[in-house]
Amino acid sequence: MTSAVIIVGLLLGFAALCALYRIARGPSILDRVLAIDVLLAIIGGALAVDMAVNRHLDNIVLLVGISVIGFIGSVTVARFVTDRK
Amino acid sequence: MSDTLIDVVTAVLMIGGALMSVAAGVGLLRFPDLLTRMHAATKPQVLGLLLFLLAMGLQMRSWVLIPVLLVCWIFMLLTVPVSAHMVGRAGYRTKHLRRDLLSMDELDEVVEKAANKKAPGRNPTERPDET
Repeated sequence: MTSAVIIVGLLLGFAALCALYRIARGPSILDRVLAIDVLLAIIGGALAVDMAVNRHLDNIVLLVGISVIGFIGSVTVARFVTDRK
Repeated sequence: MSDTLIDVVTAVLMIGGALMSVAAGVGLLRFPDLLTRMHAATKPQVLGLLLFLLAMGLQMRSWVLIPVLLVCWIFMLLTVPVSAHMVGRAGYRTKHLRRDLLSMDELDEVVEKAANKKAPGRNPTERPDET
């Protein structure tokens, strides 16, 4: 179980770094907002892994809340995108 | 079922979910434009979350938890298409896509047809780029 947790942590960390690179690099605001959504999903997955491994339910409300209202941010940004050039 | 077997299944589910996240990360890193990146981005949001929640349910083994996990996943299924739709539409309208990579653009024909039909009696106060 411990080795599996280490593997999962490394994989999630790598994925989060990729998403962070895309957030920093752009090139447009839509790419950034998409990468932020992915980062949110990765963080939610990490919370779920923590709950599964340590057998507690502290973060379940946060996870449900993310899945209910997590889309509002990207919808709001997408509404106000301006034309390229 | 023995505890070891459940632990192994949980580990496999968690690694599967983490691999979905890595697929999305590599997709964000390598794909050339917005629409292809959107394709990669949905993997951890839907399938990855399902695998993680299954791992949680297996470790907890309480019936009270199942509806909560179901609600979590179903709301994710309902809201992810909304944001993907808005981002995709905004990307199409503001030309954040590479035309040379598209093999087919069915929306273009539809938009053209609608514009031709609408053109004669168009109300000048109407703002076509709104909605």
